[in-house]
Amino acid sequence: MTPHFPIYMDYGATTPVDPRVVEAMLPWLHEHFGNPASRSHAWGWEAEEIVEQSRGHVAALIGADPREIIWTSGATESNNLALKGAAQFYKTRGKHLITVKTEHKAVLDTMRDLERQGFEVTYLDVKDNGLLDLNVLSDAIRPDTIVVSVMFVNNEIGVIQDIAAIGAMCRKRGVIFHVDAAQATGKVVIDMAQLPVDLMSLASHKTYGPKGIGALFVRRKPRVRIEAQMHGGGHERGMRSGTLPTHQIVGMGEAFRIAHKEMGTESERIRMLQQRLLKGLQGVEQVFINGDLERRVPHNLNMSFNFVEGESLIMGIKGLAVSSGSACTSASLEPSYVLRALGRSDELAHSSLRMTIGRFSTTEEIDTAVDTIMHNVAKLRELSPLWEMFKDGIDISTIQWAAH
Amino acid sequence: MAYSAKVIEHYENPRNVGSFDKSDTSIGTGMVGAPACGDVMKLQIKVNPQTGLIEDAKFKTYGCGSAIASSSLVTEWVKGKTPDQALSIKNSKIAEELALPPVKIHCSILAEDAIKAAVSDYKARNADAARH
Repeated sequence: MTPHFPIYMDYGATTPVDPRVVEAMLPWLHEHFGNPASRSHAWGWEAEEIVEQSRGHVAALIGADPREIIWTSGATESNNLALKGAAQFYKTRGKHLITVKTEHKAVLDTMRDLERQGFEVTYLDVKDNGLLDLNVLSDAIRPDTIVVSVMFVNNEIGVIQDIAAIGAMCRKRGVIFHVDAAQATGKVVIDMAQLPVDLMSLASHKTYGPKGIGALFVRRKPRVRIEAQMHGGGHERGMRSGTLPTHQIVGMGEAFRIAHKEMGTESERIRMLQQRLLKGLQGVEQVFINGDLERRVPHNLNMSFNFVEGESLIMGIKGLAVSSGSACTSASLEPSYVLRALGRSDELAHSSLRMTIGRFSTTEEIDTAVDTIMHNVAKLRELSPLWEMFKDGIDISTIQWAAH
Repeated sequence: MAYSAKVIEHYENPRNVGSFDKSDTSIGTGMVGAPACGDVMKLQIKVNPQTGLIEDAKFKTYGCGSAIASSSLVTEWVKGKTPDQALSIKNSKIAEELALPPVKIHCSILAEDAIKAAVSDYKARNADAARH
């Protein structure tokens, strides 16, 4: 079958909603429209019942108690609620927080805001494979440290941090541990009964659910407290007010139920596709893989094609929907801060491609992607003065470039 | 980001890609930008010693589609001009011709700089040649 264009290889940005999820959501928009907070009639009762059932599905995927799941509008809100909520609640114990330079902006910008509120934040470096060195974390924890936040799976490079070990260290040192797991659900096994994690942010739309819904895990034993950031009707045990969007919740619940049931077989299939993509592309000269290849979810492959600028590559491979760490794909003109944190040079960061695959990716799509990328890399290198210099044996790092 | 039809056309069919022998006195070479910034343009002009006109030009560019299109466009525009006339090509004209969005204006500035660098290289080398 000829794949239809463009081929979607940007599952890290968002995933399509699984048709089974759409099916489950629809009745809750029109026929069963009740407010789950309405206690006085059947519309409310049935909505409340499905909300609690969905909460159970979300809890089951991460091995949590349903009472530990708080609905939010998405992982960005969950990160804000967790970090601001915990920092404000525990501020009498200390005012120091720790995170990592490769975190998502939803964590980094929240930390910046906490700095404006008078907290002090340490941003840890990572090793060149993208993983956190536990000794670096251990050295950074101080008596006044109240919160550590480390993401489970990195959104750009897909590396999996050692959450169990980091959590154990935080527990021992009496620090609240928050994990942004937006990119982890359905990709890695998460068992909150075992993992020493206090707060965990969850997203729906990275796991085949709808956008606009997420959740925050707040541990009950030992009990973790947060200050609400959204005030109103006292929904979600006062931690997050606002009328619950029943259909969205049903969607996230169904998506997580499917992920729980299918992630074993799905991960194997996606790993096979990732290996096929990797094998196809790693033969290209001057290609570098960004992030550890072993401690990585199979859904992600991030590569730099040296001497080819990422945006021009994306323009050439217009049959493929991928993303780049190149400055030019953002308005900021700064290349990916995640790749910079790995110690990658600016030029390799500019030359990177993030390919993320998922449930609906096929072998044919991978083969087309490999052909298209190889063809365009070769074409753009013919156009590249840097490639010409490299081929002439000139080391471009020895040249004095004028910055502009 | 949506590209203008002209940017896409130059990107798909870049004009005058390649390199001249740098050591030839009829050639002026300009290389501007920096890999760390995501753009490097190399523009070369070939000046006919009899007529004093730029009779050919070639480029190679590492950069986004707009940078490639800007440099491809200037290889067409410099031809038939004297080096001094080529200096009159302004970035605003390049940006206008390619309908570059504000965030890509730096690509047209770089292309203008590449012309200046190539012309000054040509003049410097020919001033040397005249002295010998």
